[in-house]
Amino acid sequence: MTLLITVIAALIVTCLWYFKFNDKKYKLGTLCLMYWGASLMWLVDAIYEFAELKDEYFRPEAADMINDAFLGLCVAVLGVVIWLVMVLVSDPKGVVRRIR
Amino acid sequence: MACFIVPAGEAVVTTIATKVLEKKTGEKPTGIVPKMKWLNTMLWGGSTLLAFEHVWHGEVVPWFPFLTAMNDAADTAEMLAEMSTVGVTMAILVTLAWGVMAAAATAAEKRAPAETEAT
Repeated sequence: MTLLITVIAALIVTCLWYFKFNDKKYKLGTLCLMYWGASLMWLVDAIYEFAELKDEYFRPEAADMINDAFLGLCVAVLGVVIWLVMVLVSDPKGVVRRIR
Repeated sequence: MACFIVPAGEAVVTTIATKVLEKKTGEKPTGIVPKMKWLNTMLWGGSTLLAFEHVWHGEVVPWFPFLTAMNDAADTAEMLAEMSTVGVTMAILVTLAWGVMAAAATAAEKRAPAETEAT
């Protein structure tokens, strides 16, 4: 579930970057790369786990699935938080500077 | 158990290499340096999010020895085995994906001046 949610986040952010916010000042490309990097790493993890569990990989316990989904959502949120901090620090629209 | 350490280690190396190359070549919008920054972002971003997962599962703690597998010799051996298999594969796959991206971007850069000349 963590892999699935991270890939979905990567797809959404990539579409947003490509169709709407591809100006470097928004740093959406950075968020894309973070999610894709994590997705590739979790893909490797999934492949090794599938090699160990075989068919059982596709029959997880409900509690494990819910925990993994919760983890996936937290990871997606963490990515957005990191990106937001980067944007606020670079302040491309001068909003933070105007507050000061 | 601590597989994210391998791509994080690669990220340290590639970040240093990027800084060295940037000093030599200067800041340019094309070339190897901007593309190496993509690799750095993928490695650092992926390692950070995976580190969070390891904290979530209690495998990484904020006190010594930081990796809970280090408390037990058998767990330490399993952790090192996982780092050498899963960790290395992660680093290789991310680097390969970056290689494909960099090759595609280089091809697009070469095509762009040719298209400009044609028009």
